[in-house]
Amino acid sequence: MKMRTLIASWVLAAFALAIGGAALASEGDIRFEPAPVNRLNDESLQRGARVFVNYCLNCHSAKYMRYNRLTDIGLTEAQIRDNLMFATDKIGDTMDVAMPAKDAKQWFGTTPPDLSVEARVRGTEWLYNYFLGFYKDPSTPSGWNNLVFPNVAMPHVFWELQGTNRLEVKEYEDQEQAKAAAIAAKQLALTEPAPNHKYEVKTVVVDTPGSMTPEQYRAMVADLVNYLDYMAEPAKNKRINTGIVVLLYLGVLFFLVCWAKREYWKDIH
Amino acid sequence: MQKFMTWIDERFPLTDLWQSQWGRYVAPKNFNFWYYFGSLAAFVLVLQIVTGIFLTMNYKPDAHKAFESVEYIMRDVSWGWLIRYMHSTGASMFFVVVYLHMFRGLLYGSYRKPRELLWVIGCVIYLSLMAEAFFGYLLPWGQMSYWGAQVIVNLFSSIPVIGEDLAVWIRGDYTISDITLNRFFAFHVIALPLVLLALVGAHLMALHEVGSNNPDGIEIKKQPKDPVTGIPLDGIYSHPYYTIKDLVGVVGFLIVFSIIIFFIPEVGGYFLEANNFIPADPLKTPEHIAPVWYFTPFYAMLRAVPSMMGTQVWGVLVMGAAVVILFFLPWLDKGAVKSIRYRGGLYKIWLALFVISFLVLGYLGTVPITVWGQFSDGIPLLGGADKATVVSRIMTIVYFLFFVLMPWYTVRDRTKPVPERLR
Repeated sequence: MKMRTLIASWVLAAFALAIGGAALASEGDIRFEPAPVNRLNDESLQRGARVFVNYCLNCHSAKYMRYNRLTDIGLTEAQIRDNLMFATDKIGDTMDVAMPAKDAKQWFGTTPPDLSVEARVRGTEWLYNYFLGFYKDPSTPSGWNNLVFPNVAMPHVFWELQGTNRLEVKEYEDQEQAKAAAIAAKQLALTEPAPNHKYEVKTVVVDTPGSMTPEQYRAMVADLVNYLDYMAEPAKNKRINTGIVVLLYLGVLFFLVCWAKREYWKDIH
Repeated sequence: MQKFMTWIDERFPLTDLWQSQWGRYVAPKNFNFWYYFGSLAAFVLVLQIVTGIFLTMNYKPDAHKAFESVEYIMRDVSWGWLIRYMHSTGASMFFVVVYLHMFRGLLYGSYRKPRELLWVIGCVIYLSLMAEAFFGYLLPWGQMSYWGAQVIVNLFSSIPVIGEDLAVWIRGDYTISDITLNRFFAFHVIALPLVLLALVGAHLMALHEVGSNNPDGIEIKKQPKDPVTGIPLDGIYSHPYYTIKDLVGVVGFLIVFSIIIFFIPEVGGYFLEANNFIPADPLKTPEHIAPVWYFTPFYAMLRAVPSMMGTQVWGVLVMGAAVVILFFLPWLDKGAVKSIRYRGGLYKIWLALFVISFLVLGYLGTVPITVWGQFSDGIPLLGGADKATVVSRIMTIVYFLFFVLMPWYTVRDRTKPVPERLR
């Protein structure tokens, strides 16, 4: 029994360490709005695919994603062909981009990254807030900047929908107050140290409204991020569904082998 | 069937082999939880080889195609995602199982006479496994694959005089490149699996020669034999007893394994790092390069050692010594008893310190060195130093003290008398 106490105390120590480390690491960070994505909502994924093809696929490729794979999210090949395929007429093609990489480098200063697995690099929360984080900044080459991705080369492609935003900076006496204000803002907010031991909270506010209300815009972005997440791992739903069946099977098997073991070991004392 | 077996046995000692290696192998009857991890390590080895064969059918060891071919496996190959996740999860779980297996050895003194060679072979397996994992991690050709390999190979270039040439010789190029990828692929799929299989075979033969230790650390071979069965009083045949018991372990393992594969394949970035979903870019160094979790205790040691006399080779030496020192364990332990059950408080305290140092170093190896901030300038000696660096140094020292002081504290330890029979 002593042995168990010993092991238990080690495990506890390890957990305390991990939690303590995580708490310390998150100080002075960015506060994200939660991303309302749902991998099971085919309609959302279909709307997201439309946004992706219309807005993103002009500059970004998704060269590991095949058009006909979109049958996963409840579309027929005819629907895909008629509504989503602009760059090719072969349904088995991958989502390539017409823009040559060399031109892109010249126009934007960098080649827009392929987006096939971007959601696995960034995570859905980061992506969702990235699209909420654009604001006008005359000091950058594109005229836009981003709270989540500072000095990003990409301009705000949704500006007609969201409208134009500006950066709002509020200063607070100490970190506590700044953090409280960031939480109270209930939106994407960046807390940073400012000169003279003060702290500032940066948020993005609407300057001139676009064609969508903030709610409509957020819903559209959520659809897009949902789609990006699906595209990063198209087999995800199948993976989870398979997992449930496998675990049920293993659960029964475990019960059986435990019973068999007990039977075999009956005569060992 | 009997006739067929006789025919075989007259030409090949199949029955003898089975009987001596498993069927009539006598093992102590009191194996506990910790004794599952040996058979599980063998199971994971087979799993890795089988999934690896299937991955090789679609993977392309080419700097321009490697990343793409992995995505091809994840998307277009039937059940490719499952094979890939089994292999990537299997790599991490291999280390989980092996670390627990090694810890079992520490708990019950399984490395002590007459099992010194068994332990040493095990250490060589561990070393080969580290090489196998390192070579394999380059193959997906993501940013972490690329820069992790870059960092590790650069370690060799810190060796005075021959270092630079040695690093070029390993890479086959001046940076990690297509040439490096091709040779790492060869090492990963042929060279090291062969070495591992041979070593595991030797490990098992050595085990079945000397017999298994047990949680009491009592040599059952020295016991009187049971007059009816003719085997030691506390011994039982491996088959069917441990066959069926290990099967329970395998199914239990598969449950944990499946939870990871099907529901959390990345394990929060510990098994599959987010940055490795970005294709390797030799021109863009990631902000934070961290090896996969199973290397992080050693990586933390490497970072903890300062460069002295104009060279960073000391960190590399410390890291190497941390693995090499394991080999000497059988001769460092001078204790009167094997098992922790009969050891005194001294050994228990040192073992606890060792485990804590390994876990703390393991954690610190995954995070940037600035994670805990700096000591304020007012503190003498420590002022301005990164807290994590200081803690890493202390933990590195604790790690080594566990071994270096072992001849002293195992002798001083107030051990309890060991009984004749198993509890």
